[in-house]
Amino acid sequence: MKMNHEERTYVPFRSPFDPCPPLPCRTYVVPVNQYVVFQPPDLPQFSPAEALKHGTLWPSLYSPYVSRKMKGE
Amino acid sequence: MWIYEKKLQYPVRVSKCDPMMAKFLIEQYGGADGELAAALRYLNQRYTIPDKVIGVLNDIGTEEFAHLEMIATMVYKLTKDATVDQLQAAGLGAHYANHDKALYYENASGVPWTASYINAKGDPIADLYEDIAAEEKARATYQWLIDMTDDVDIQDSLKFLREREIIHAIRFREAVEIIKEDRATRKIF
Ligand SMILES: [Fe+2]
Repeated sequence: MKMNHEERTYVPFRSPFDPCPPLPCRTYVVPVNQYVVFQPPDLPQFSPAEALKHGTLWPSLYSPYVSRKMKGE
Repeated sequence: MWIYEKKLQYPVRVSKCDPMMAKFLIEQYGGADGELAAALRYLNQRYTIPDKVIGVLNDIGTEEFAHLEMIATMVYKLTKDATVDQLQAAGLGAHYANHDKALYYENASGVPWTASYINAKGDPIADLYEDIAAEEKARATYQWLIDMTDDVDIQDSLKFLREREIIHAIRFREAVEIIKEDRATRKIF
């Protein structure tokens, strides 16, 4: 599965007394909106049909997400 | 006032018979971070926010109702042809006892919607920061919902809704920047 560049991972503390085998890591998402204070003017735009599909007019504000079920997590 | 367009903001297609997913999707219908709470929160805050950012609350609050309709459509499609046995097996027996197949403003655990989910502090900074947090919470809820289904069509609609929350959050962050600006101190040459 393609790595999501917005995904951050960390390994939680593993105790020798954990009841279940440990998962490889925990993941969370830091979406693109966290790095924009104010959207600059005249950014490139999707075509209207592409914008509808992506849920935004702006490629630079598009955030992909893949189901954890699909990734086998 | 509003003008109603008799279509969904984004198409909703459900390809898998999975009534249990309806039980989970209800979180975004009548849950604390759901679309009803969002719409009512923003449209209510409009009256006590600086003029320059009323439009942001107006537009986003209105869009949230369009999202509410999309969630309702998913729940409806997932339950309309379910038998009583299927509803019970999907964990919707308690819902059926009270509502038959009627939709209801409740969260995934069946807790009815309450106005205490939303706030109106009257302080523009406090209210906008609540709105930003609400958007990120809704975005996270959509992630957990996408995680729980392998129906790529319902995932597609949920991914659209998730992206909208990301855009809403940045709009609210921009609103904060707009009201932070102190025009009185700006030098005019
Ligand atoms: Fe939103």
